[in-house]
Amino acid sequence: MVVNRRSFLRVTSLAGGGVLLGLYIKPKASAQFGPGAAPVPNNFIRIDPDGTVTIMAKDPEVGQGVKTMLPMLIAEELDADWKTVKIEQTDFDDTKYAAQFAGGSLATPFNWDPMRRVGAAGRQLLISAAAKSWSVPEAECSTAAGRVLHAGSNKSVRYGEIASQAAAMPAPDLKTVKLKDPKDYKIIGHSQRGYDVPKIVVGKPVFAIDFTLPNMLFAVYQKCPVFAGKVVSANLDEIKSMPGVRHAFVVEGNVRGGVIVEQEPGLEPGIAIVADSWWQAQTARKKLQVKWEDGHGASQSSVGFAQKAQELSTQPPVKVLRKDGDPDSAIQGAAKVVEAAYAYPFISHAPLEPQNCTAHFQGDKIEIWSNSQVPGGGRTLVAKTLGIPEKDVTIHMQRGGGGFGRRLTNDYMVESAWISKTVNAPVKLLWSREDDFGHDYYRPGGFQFLKAGVDRSGKIVGWRNRFVSWGDGDRPSPQSTMGASEFPARYISDYTLEWSTQPLWLKTGALRAPGSNVYAFVIQSFIDELAHAAGKDPVEFRLALLDSKPLPAPAPTPGGGGFGGPEFSAARTRGVLQLAAEKSGWGKRSLEAGRALGIAFHFSHMGYFAEVAEVSVSADKKVKVHKVFVAADIGSQIINPNFAENLCHGAVIDGLSEMMGQQITLEAGRVVQSNYDKHPMVRMAQAPEIEVHWLKTDNPPTGLGEPALPPILPAVCNAIFTASGQRIRELPLSKSGYGWA
Amino acid sequence: MAFQLTVNGRSSTVDVPADMPLLWVIRDVLKLKGTKYGCGIGQCGACTVHLNGKAVRSCQTPVSAAAKAPITTLEGLSADGRHPVQVAWLEIDVPQCGYCQAGQMMSAAALLARTPKPTDQDINGAMNGNLCRCGTYIRIRQAIHKASEIATTSKLKKPSEVAAGQSGARE
Repeated sequence: MVVNRRSFLRVTSLAGGGVLLGLYIKPKASAQFGPGAAPVPNNFIRIDPDGTVTIMAKDPEVGQGVKTMLPMLIAEELDADWKTVKIEQTDFDDTKYAAQFAGGSLATPFNWDPMRRVGAAGRQLLISAAAKSWSVPEAECSTAAGRVLHAGSNKSVRYGEIASQAAAMPAPDLKTVKLKDPKDYKIIGHSQRGYDVPKIVVGKPVFAIDFTLPNMLFAVYQKCPVFAGKVVSANLDEIKSMPGVRHAFVVEGNVRGGVIVEQEPGLEPGIAIVADSWWQAQTARKKLQVKWEDGHGASQSSVGFAQKAQELSTQPPVKVLRKDGDPDSAIQGAAKVVEAAYAYPFISHAPLEPQNCTAHFQGDKIEIWSNSQVPGGGRTLVAKTLGIPEKDVTIHMQRGGGGFGRRLTNDYMVESAWISKTVNAPVKLLWSREDDFGHDYYRPGGFQFLKAGVDRSGKIVGWRNRFVSWGDGDRPSPQSTMGASEFPARYISDYTLEWSTQPLWLKTGALRAPGSNVYAFVIQSFIDELAHAAGKDPVEFRLALLDSKPLPAPAPTPGGGGFGGPEFSAARTRGVLQLAAEKSGWGKRSLEAGRALGIAFHFSHMGYFAEVAEVSVSADKKVKVHKVFVAADIGSQIINPNFAENLCHGAVIDGLSEMMGQQITLEAGRVVQSNYDKHPMVRMAQAPEIEVHWLKTDNPPTGLGEPALPPILPAVCNAIFTASGQRIRELPLSKSGYGWA
Repeated sequence: MAFQLTVNGRSSTVDVPADMPLLWVIRDVLKLKGTKYGCGIGQCGACTVHLNGKAVRSCQTPVSAAAKAPITTLEGLSADGRHPVQVAWLEIDVPQCGYCQAGQMMSAAALLARTPKPTDQDINGAMNGNLCRCGTYIRIRQAIHKASEIATTSKLKKPSEVAAGQSGARE
């Protein structure tokens, strides 16, 4: 979202006095987020006569801090008194707010400019109103903490007192409204506590799972352990006779058939049990006996996938994603050649708040209370599945207990909608943790077969990668592709990236830093292998690679979805690499035997991150990550520094969990791991000390939640190699006998 | 079956099956939503409450085992939201998504009750049963040390001064 000629300011008087400021936006149609909406007002600021400034938070909050961060941008330029600002979560309404979603680390790049302009326009209106009432020039007025001031006459007025007059002033031009010099920021760049935290620490019901309606029933939904398997028969009469059970019924579903599973494939078949309480529904489910027709997913296994990938790696690719020069000849002529097969598993998002949704179908309309990261996609899915117009689907956005990409798909929303419609009552559907592990949109696993050479001077002279993932021929399963300009493409003149696919009848989707969360592991580990083969220091080797003259960048993709954004900058990468090396004492410290530093960098979501891990590994493969040094370039401002640092810690720790123990495997089409004990997370004792260093550069501020994650996996694996001589080429490490010390 | 429970100092009689987990009695019968469901198998600690002052996983505690002993949930940790753990969590701004934090805070409060000045090792031990999917462990550790400091010096400080370390928008 940018302020341009499609944007107009809207000023509205409030009935009881006060002013409402909004921004007209006519969003562009986007492949990712649906068709463009008509230009209508969207309201971000409300100033009541009592002086209360209320700022609307439009995006879903799933722990990324956006409910606090976006209002900070408005409040800064409005010169509001942050301590008295109220924040309200809006409903989903794309006619008012254009894109409302949580994904792609896009909240900052999309909103940095327009939200500040909304605030600045509000400030301008209040100044105009005050200046008029005092009969002084506007230029002599200033603002501070919710007041307009006139130094010459020593006059001052609270925003609330002048708000009604402000509503009558002509709307400033958003494009030319004056923005603050960043050195004058009082809110941006200063740590502000999460707005909901005072409620969270006293246990107030702020999450979707906590929401209740009068006479609400509770549902569980049992699906086939094999994706989209259908119900043949079930002991529904017995289930219906159990305590508290009101309804038990089969849902046929409408999953689109095919060789692979599409994004949001439809309502999955299953059995709904609806009871007076969730525990009664869940207790009844334990007695459920179902005969399933598994369908074509039942022959799948992780062992079979790995064998097939191996076969595919030696056969012609389905597509050559990129080819520069003549990599085979270059490798043939190299002084040293390194060949390595990398593999990584499916993993699950498993946000701590299990999937849940409250739906109330009445008449021919439905109201939904959801923690979805893409409520717009949910609305489309629900409308289509229920056969009602999208305008009859109202979505109230609820705080989510974690997202990580899991709530970018709305399977649980459409299930709750269907159940509510069927039983004609308000229903909260709550998945068990076992439902969640068994029916995720998994981060796709994959295989990469690499071969590269280095010349006598230690320079990479050829690079070949065969990427094996999932798809129907050259039509990929969701999140199963790799970008043709993923680093080190362009920086090696003889380079190829080839792609093979095998079919997959399992849902796949975006997990925090999609793609990047594994590509960094593979690429930054393999670069490390080459550095060691060349006898070079891993930092120096990377810097030399970044110094190569790159092949021309492809034209930027319009819109681009933000997953990449502006082209890779070697200079910004060099900056974070050198900063991480400097802060960690790279090459300057002597460490005891079995202890070493490892480094990696990655560019994704417009952010540049380099990370150094200080790691010990024992002879029996017990790993201790002592300390992690993070160097980050996400532009000129860190909007909410304390929270940003917290997010960085979380990204590193999340990456460590993925690295050490997480994998989803299939046997006979069924997911083996059913809960956190089989798909473990880092716990308190394993969390390393983490130092975060911001490299502020003269670039627009960009997002953070995702790009901070990818480098940690290869940084630790590279340290393990230096400490022990063991090269890690497969995730998770537990598969090769590693564990936390 | 009828069970007499004392939750946050208030006595109530609940008519539920004996094997119903305390978690669901607290959430859906007593309507106290602060205590969270995360895994249902005692792996994540989101459901942690105090039973007789000890941190227990309420998803693994049948209601029959919880009758007669005093139960404390996050809502009852303090009358005014000013328990040192709550103040420290606010001051350090611990949460990201916040979903696990009720359980984290209850484990932390139980630790501090028996070990007023915990070491990092004590914290590792006491907090081992609480997962944070967002990875806020560093902040949690800081907040436990901070809460310890607040509890041991609170006679010297007014609660309002304790909370003044960081600005924040009001509700």
